[in-house]
Amino acid sequence: MKVLVFAEQRDGKLKKASLEAMSVGRDLADATGGSAAAVVLGQGVAGLAEALGKAGAEKVFVGDDALFAQYSNDAYGLAVGKAAQVFGAEALLFSATAMGKDLAPKVTARLGIGLLSDVTGIVTEGGVLFRRPIYAGKAFATLAPQSGKPFGLTLRPNVFPVKDSPKAGEVVSLDHGVVPGDIKAVVEKIVTAQGELLDVAEANVIVSGGRGMKGPENYKILEDLAREMGGAVGASRAAVDAGWISHSHQVGQTGKVVSPGLYIACGISGAIQHLAGMSSSKVIVAINKDPEAPIFKVATYGIVGDLFEVVPLFTQAVKAMKAGA
Amino acid sequence: MNVLVCVKHVPDTETRVKVAADGLHLDLGEANWVVNPYDEYAVEQGLQLKEKLGGEVTVITVGGDDATKSLRQALAMGADKAVLCSDPAFEDADPWSTARILAAAAAKLPCDLILSGKHGVGGDNQQVGSLLGQLMGIPVVTVVTGMDLEGTSLMLKREIEGGTEVVKASLPCVISCQKGLNEPRYPSLKGIMAAKKKEITAWKAADLGLDPATLAPSFQLKKMELPPPRPAGKILSGEIPDQVKELVKLLHDEAKAI
Ligand SMILES: Cc1cc2nc3c(=O)[nH]c(=O)nc-3n(C[C@H](O)[C@H](O)[C@H](O)COP(=O)(O)OP(=O)(O)OC[C@H]3O[C@@H](n4cnc5c(N)ncnc54)[C@H](O)[C@@H]3O)c2cc1C
Repeated sequence: MKVLVFAEQRDGKLKKASLEAMSVGRDLADATGGSAAAVVLGQGVAGLAEALGKAGAEKVFVGDDALFAQYSNDAYGLAVGKAAQVFGAEALLFSATAMGKDLAPKVTARLGIGLLSDVTGIVTEGGVLFRRPIYAGKAFATLAPQSGKPFGLTLRPNVFPVKDSPKAGEVVSLDHGVVPGDIKAVVEKIVTAQGELLDVAEANVIVSGGRGMKGPENYKILEDLAREMGGAVGASRAAVDAGWISHSHQVGQTGKVVSPGLYIACGISGAIQHLAGMSSSKVIVAINKDPEAPIFKVATYGIVGDLFEVVPLFTQAVKAMKAGA
Repeated sequence: MNVLVCVKHVPDTETRVKVAADGLHLDLGEANWVVNPYDEYAVEQGLQLKEKLGGEVTVITVGGDDATKSLRQALAMGADKAVLCSDPAFEDADPWSTARILAAAAAKLPCDLILSGKHGVGGDNQQVGSLLGQLMGIPVVTVVTGMDLEGTSLMLKREIEGGTEVVKASLPCVISCQKGLNEPRYPSLKGIMAAKKKEITAWKAADLGLDPATLAPSFQLKKMELPPPRPAGKILSGEIPDQVKELVKLLHDEAKAI
């Protein structure tokens, strides 16, 4: 199978999720006796081909153009579609990031092929099968592509490992054919949220607070812990609806569905909609003063106690551990 | 200003799921079916535009006869017309088929703007709005949390990781709506009464010029499973400072999470 991976960069840096996708692409190509390539778009991005080669790309189609300096689904959609045609892609892989989810359907509709969203598992023995959560993770469906038909996938970030699998990473300049008039929806600017903390969709550690936080001013203790662990701050819907924190932090069925390595739930009861969004986290810590809270049913470790006492101690202890104490 | 709003009839988020006897589908039990929560933002946005600029709001869905419940709900909120695309050939519609059905229907419903929810809860695909826009050859802006319309020019805010993208577009286009865009209204009693009298147009594959053979799903369902139960966890005990120390040790030594 010929596998083409869309490699996402922002500000000239490749997303880790794109290397994960490249590694999946490599495996898929190897398992089916094919080849894997990447396509990267931007301005001054040819240097990114090396990292993609290391993760398994034989070829890297580079669209280096001022037209790609800012993401737009119009320009990127055309260019990725073009790369897919030039390469003869049979599988088209994207990461299920904000950009990947916006771009993938533009490309697959252009090519007239199907798209499977948010894939979290791939089986390659005895035919190719993909596994994906539905109902925000309350169930998992396993599906097979129709034989002989090309398809697209978006892959959930933080699920697949990045593997070293050096290949040539030969740079091929993409004759993309995009002209300025093709860009109908124009990104005027990007306003970054305050603070240097990660987004919950990307973080490998999430410290989440719910109604038990009692007010917006108290999120600082979660930020301190998140910063100490290089993670993000999440929230339950109760906290978002109370206006304590913006919706972009909400975890759950109507927020973001996440699978970090570590999820720390503070003052969150564990309603079905919240559990749906985080139960596939590798390790879950629950801090709640109610021993009967349903969150303890999914917790790897639980502390029954007052979060205002526990969280600052937790931050201190992590700090101490990092200092080698 | 005529607005077409795509809505989906879905089991509500309280629904507990089981694997059905065929091992392929889900048994949703006595689930309560509702308008997809994100589509409520789309309906509300359409109604606000109509109130400001005049015109009509038409709601459309692809689904079974039971989906009329969600169409009635949107009509009760204040939508003017409703279209149900229903056909045995649509039963297994995946996002790609759904978008083609909607595109065929939209071609018969001239409008200035198409709104959809960010994604449909349940299927969780987050594709249909984008596929529809691409099929119709008009711009698509997804995950929109803010919208200003002046003439035919739109300024939109959309959510990305760690920030907001400000996007300029013009009508006609497709916009997928995210929480934060507005506060959906509840239908008034008057609205509910009026909705009962509004007509729902029903279209089948033949009415839309669609060949059922082309609507087969792009992926074949092989298995349905519930997530494996999580192994029983450890509830720590003792004085809180000691529990915290133990927790950090466990996270480091046992779980290797920090
Ligand atoms: C359509 C729909 C969609 C929804 N989508 C989502 C979603 O995406 N995400 C989501 O999270 N919810 C969602 N919900 C809401 C969900 O049903 C719950 O209402 C919500 O998750 C509750 O948030 P919570 O756990 O913070 O609050 P509560 O349930 O009120 O729990 C607060 C917890 O904090 C504990 N606590 C209080 N003080 C302290 C303290 N000092 N120290 C320690 N613990 C303390 C309490 O013991 C309690 O367990 C949705 C609901 C609907 C109807």
